[in-house]
Amino acid sequence: MKPQDFDFLSSLLRRRSGLTLNPDKVYLLESRLTPLARRSGMESLDGLIAELRKSASEQLMRDVTEAMTTNESFFFRDRTPFDLFRDQVLPMLRQRRAATKKVRIWCAACSTGQEPYSLAFVLKQQEAQWRDWKFEIIGTDIARPVLQKAKEGIYSQFEVQRGLPIQLLMKHFKQEGDVWRLSEDIRKMVTFREFNLLDNFAALGKFDVIYCRNVLIYFDQSTKSNVLERMRKILPDDGALFLGAAETVLGITDKFRPVRGQRGMYLPSDADQNLMAPAS
Amino acid sequence: MKSCLVVDDSKVIRRVARRILEELDFSIEEAVDGKDALGACERMSPDVVLLDWNMPVMDGLEFLKQIRGRSDLRQPVIVFCTTENDMNHIRLAMEAGADEYIMKPFDREIIEAKFAQVGLM
Repeated sequence: MKPQDFDFLSSLLRRRSGLTLNPDKVYLLESRLTPLARRSGMESLDGLIAELRKSASEQLMRDVTEAMTTNESFFFRDRTPFDLFRDQVLPMLRQRRAATKKVRIWCAACSTGQEPYSLAFVLKQQEAQWRDWKFEIIGTDIARPVLQKAKEGIYSQFEVQRGLPIQLLMKHFKQEGDVWRLSEDIRKMVTFREFNLLDNFAALGKFDVIYCRNVLIYFDQSTKSNVLERMRKILPDDGALFLGAAETVLGITDKFRPVRGQRGMYLPSDADQNLMAPAS
Repeated sequence: MKSCLVVDDSKVIRRVARRILEELDFSIEEAVDGKDALGACERMSPDVVLLDWNMPVMDGLEFLKQIRGRSDLRQPVIVFCTTENDMNHIRLAMEAGADEYIMKPFDREIIEAKFAQVGLM
């Protein structure tokens, strides 16, 4: 790939999705965009780049962005964030939201839906304890094909074996030929929306808990910092943020602080009362 | 180091499972059918058994029923690992006392996830 073509594509991706690509990722561009070029009726990646330059087609730019997003996901990924949700976050929310009995959770960059559905499984297991509460779980992603898959709740045999306990498979999935379909009662606990993390969060409203795992790693420092600072604005002082195991706020923003001993969990650092403190 | 008994009549499957499990820091013993596996359990008392279903001499389900009835043996964690990938087989295995269930084909990620599920990782 010519250096000017790499610059063109990486600049396009950065502008549209925040994705930062170093020149050592040329292979990634080639391996993901060559199939897209062929599907779009072009002979090669050069043809796709020429078409993008010439037409600046919104559809084609969107297809390129979607092809370059990483959509690996699995149920209960890393386990700890879901154990913490069950053992730390939910008990504190029970105290702190006792007046409203409303909780909003955002899974940012939720890919094919396993993360929000894992939270839904946790809530479903405690259904009797939360009978008159309203939980809203919103899953967003920039890529429409993965959101469509998330909404349908259809997973391959491989996908349902990565992190999902067999008891949950038996209880909440129905086998349909080679695939497994998630039950309606779990699917209706999650709402999916197309959303770009570079856009204004105001349209989403406020959240009590945000899961933003394994997405910031694809952004440059200033985009990471910008996203986290805007997330702080839509979290109340006693809200909680979860990042991926390989991610941190240290050196990126001072709006959040890690919780000692609770890997991946972050609280607003400027709040007098945070989620982990007992309600006064 | 935890011990795993890999029970499968296929040499290829035993070899693949051994490679993955050794990478995950398990010590491995092998058995070629349910009867062979019962003997191995008496000898070595494994922490976990990775168990195929369809095998000659004694199949995996029969092995599971027999070992769960043996109060004289330390009970291992039992993870089925089989091409039987329908809900009926899964239910039969779980009702007979299996702890987890892997549908073949498997890879390292699946074994790791399933073993973590039952507290082995």
